[in-house]
Parts: sequence; C-alpha cells; structure tokens
Amino acid sequence: MKSGTLKELNVERAARRPVIVVTDTANGEQRLVKAADFAADPLNAELSKQLRMGKSGNVEVGGKKLFLNVYAPTARMVIVGAVHISQALAPLARSLGYDVTVVDPRTAFASPERFPDVPLIAEWPDVALPPLNIDHYTAFVAVTHDPKIDDPALLHAFARDCFYIGALGSRKTHAKRGDRLKAQGAADADIARIHAPIGLSIGAVSPSEIAVAIMAEITATLRLPKEHKQEAAE
Amino acid sequence: MLDRDEDILKAAEDWQKAGHGVALATVVETWGSAPRPAGSNLVINDDGTFLGSVSGGCVEGAVVAEAMDVIESGKPRMLEFGVADETAWNVGLSCGGTIRVFVEKVG
Repeated sequence: MKSGTLKELNVERAARRPVIVVTDTANGEQRLVKAADFAADPLNAELSKQLRMGKSGNVEVGGKKLFLNVYAPTARMVIVGAVHISQALAPLARSLGYDVTVVDPRTAFASPERFPDVPLIAEWPDVALPPLNIDHYTAFVAVTHDPKIDDPALLHAFARDCFYIGALGSRKTHAKRGDRLKAQGAADADIARIHAPIGLSIGAVSPSEIAVAIMAEITATLRLPKEHKQEAAE
Repeated sequence: MLDRDEDILKAAEDWQKAGHGVALATVVETWGSAPRPAGSNLVINDDGTFLGSVSGGCVEGAVVAEAMDVIESGKPRMLEFGVADETAWNVGLSCGGTIRVFVEKVG
C-alpha cells in the first residue's frame, strides 16, 4: 500500500466516512474509493453491495480477481430515554458491536446504577445531542414516550440522516407525533423514516423482548437490500 | 473492542513516518471456521513489532516472518494457512479453517 493511500485511508476513517480499498492480489495494484465516489465508479454495484453488508470480499471483474476491503465506521446507537427497555437494549446493542450512549434529562432514570458501564448523559436533547456528532452510521432510538424529550431528539436525528430512526408509541400516538413534528418543520419524508411502532412485529411483551424486536429491526435496516426491507417489516 | 482497525492503520502510518519499514497483512479469503474475517489487518514493522491480527494468534508468528522478507524485497506475497497445508503441524489453524493472507509493503 502506498503511503499516500494509507494516509488518505486514515483521514477518511477518522472522519467516519466509509471507504473501500480495491486490491488486485495478483500484482498488488491498489486504489482507494470513497463512498462519495461510488456512483461514478465502474465497480459501483459491487462496491455498494459490499459496503451495505459491511463485509470485505473478492470479486472477479474482467478476468481480474480483486479484493474489496471495506472500512466502514463503527456503528453507534443513541438511545433517548433511560427506561426499562433501554436497560435491556444497551447491553444487547453492545454485544452486536455498537458504541452505545444513553440520553435522558431525568436523573432518576439516567443513573449509573440502572446503566452500569454505559455512557450516560443526563441532559435535554438540545444540550446532549449536538456534541455527539451523530451521523449516518448511527441507530437512533427514542423511547421516553414523552414528546418534550422525544420530539426535539427526532428532529436532530432527521438532520443527521441516521440510518435507523425508531420511536416508541402506538399508531395513534405516532400519528399525533407526526402532526407535532410537521408543525415544527419536519417533512413528510422525515416522518416516513421513523419506525413506529418501534421494532419488528414478533409479539414482544417484556422490555427485553421489545429490545430484541428493536435490535432485529435495526439489523434488518442495516443489512438488507432496500427491496427486502418491506418483507422483514411485514 | 481492542486494537480497532483505525488504531492499527494509524500505527502503520506513524511507524512509517518514524522511518521504519512497514508491512500490511490482510486476510483476503477464509474457508471453514476461521477466527478473523476477510479484511482483518495485521501491521508489522522492521523491528518485528506487530499490531492487530489475522487469526486467533495461531499464524501471526509466520506472517511476521514473511513480512520481514516483504519489507526487504518490496514485493507483495500471498500466504495460505490451514489444516490441509503441510505446515499445519507447525503453524496451522487449530480451529480447522483455512485462510489466505495478502502481505504488502507500505510505501
């Protein structure tokens, strides 16, 4: 690998931007492709597929065997609401490799006793969220069930283009939430991005089961190609 | 997770800046049960210092030795380790998998 390529790779990784290094393993020829340049690349389909799966692998193109090494940012999860569901969800997400942060201004909920080893921020979303540099590689879960907390948090998640946005609440609650968020400037497309009621429909009852349903929905959103997502949701 | 890839690759960059010869080893293919997935990196400098992993520790020693040659020659090399390999008795994967590791010089 050329020094320049390594340097560029480290710059992109530090900025949490995905890149793929394409190597012809027969002769060592190599190039780095930034995600922003995929569309214009002859290997667009292969690059996009590998990045979506978050998996490195080999492809054969024009008689050449190429290794595509995917360097995707570490997935993160921000949970707004230090509630019972979150106590189950935080360790579950960590076991899947997510960096987890829990935000809740209610100090009775956001206590280290309830969330051992999880970074906790006992502040309102407008204070807590901006310094987290939330980005596309973030799963955003709003589960306080309190519009004062969930609504501003969701507006922030829209602005940061999180790959998954989920919010607790029945269809009725969600319809009201949609009206409130639109009144605050959210577009219909933003509202449509919210997974609500949150989690895959697996008949979850207990907080831990709901956490499994949420985690499964996040995994499906991350890994399935777009056309299959509907199936998973049904 | 320890030794995140970004830290490993940053170390490679820093070593090179400090004047070291550096090699990058990458798992490019796996069969059966292999401990580290394709894309995993191990970086090695000319002191024999290394960071990261391409297996659960079974073949790193052999990769580091090959990396010394690659740093010297500048020519990339493909290595294969597995139970089917004759060297399995020495440095094979105890888990029964097979891996191919691409070793290249940085710079």
